[in-house]
Amino acid sequence: MIDSDVFVQAMQELGVNFFTGVPDSMLGGIIAELMIRGVYIPAVREDEAVGMAAGAYMAGKVPAVLMQNSGLGTCLNALISLNLIYRQPCLLIVSWRGQGGNDAPEHLVMGEVMPQLLETVRIPHRTLAEKTAVEDLRWGIDTLKKRQIPVALVLTKGVVRGLHP
Amino acid sequence: MRPEEGTLISRAQAIATLLELLTDQPVVICNGFPSREAHKIADRPTHFYMIGSMGNAAAIALGVALAKPNKQVVTFDGDGNVLMGMGTLATVGALRPKNFIHVVFDNEVYGTTGNQPTISNVVPLDKVAKSAGYVNVERVLDRDDLVYEFKDMLKKDGPSLLLIKVNEFVEDAGRVVHDPVVITQRFMKAIEG
Repeated sequence: MIDSDVFVQAMQELGVNFFTGVPDSMLGGIIAELMIRGVYIPAVREDEAVGMAAGAYMAGKVPAVLMQNSGLGTCLNALISLNLIYRQPCLLIVSWRGQGGNDAPEHLVMGEVMPQLLETVRIPHRTLAEKTAVEDLRWGIDTLKKRQIPVALVLTKGVVRGLHP
Repeated sequence: MRPEEGTLISRAQAIATLLELLTDQPVVICNGFPSREAHKIADRPTHFYMIGSMGNAAAIALGVALAKPNKQVVTFDGDGNVLMGMGTLATVGALRPKNFIHVVFDNEVYGTTGNQPTISNVVPLDKVAKSAGYVNVERVLDRDDLVYEFKDMLKKDGPSLLLIKVNEFVEDAGRVVHDPVVITQRFMKAIEG
């Protein structure tokens, strides 16, 4: 399992310098580390987080937005009617709740359809693996810079230390 | 009570007045008629015109303000937009960016879709902002007060919210002509540094 501080350090070293989002237990470790470093800006909804990231991008930052996959539903319109048409990139760090049907009922539908959903709206995505985490992060940053659109890195349980390791 | 046309200024008059007082500040303008009218009145590269993602203008402006703490950032918003993204009033109130000025044109209707009523006639958005933690909050009903209060907000530390009661009149303004990608690029260039 990757420690949260190593993951955050890697993001910062790759140039990510604006962090916002809405918490998930799987993202708890990363958010705690971002807060220790004094760089986390909490949002109240995922569409707000995506909006803030878009503003920060236009002001010269490389933004990341953390959310659980249910939040993809909440911010879908912002992603497609703001980021995709205005070409405003951000790194989406999305925890994959409901993966394999093994979660609370509210996560099961999104857990099953999330990869198809990202395909449908043409958001490049990759599931982060422990062995290739830094490579995956670099792919994310390279891709968002090249394509100028949001890119999703999906976190599965047990890859980065969360609140309940 | 619906503001009667004739007793209040129009949103276009309010926008024209505000733009006379603004120079090189970034202005994020919500989707619908506010962007179209601002674009017609004065098309500046410092304007970020929204055409979608309703409810998100203040969040985008907040992102700019947080990333550029030494630059005053303004957003032109509407009552329907604020109601849709009302959580952002709380986020602004909690983060308290000093360089954030939120202007809300309140005509109590969704003007762009045919004047269906909003609920801002019974929910005073200025009071919501004040409770959320905005530092300076004013409600104005005419041009003189608008000029006085906005000039004052430009001099003060925020976050500030100016609620302007406007009538339902819509300026004959076409769609924003720029491609969204061009809007992003020229806005980025204009607010650089």
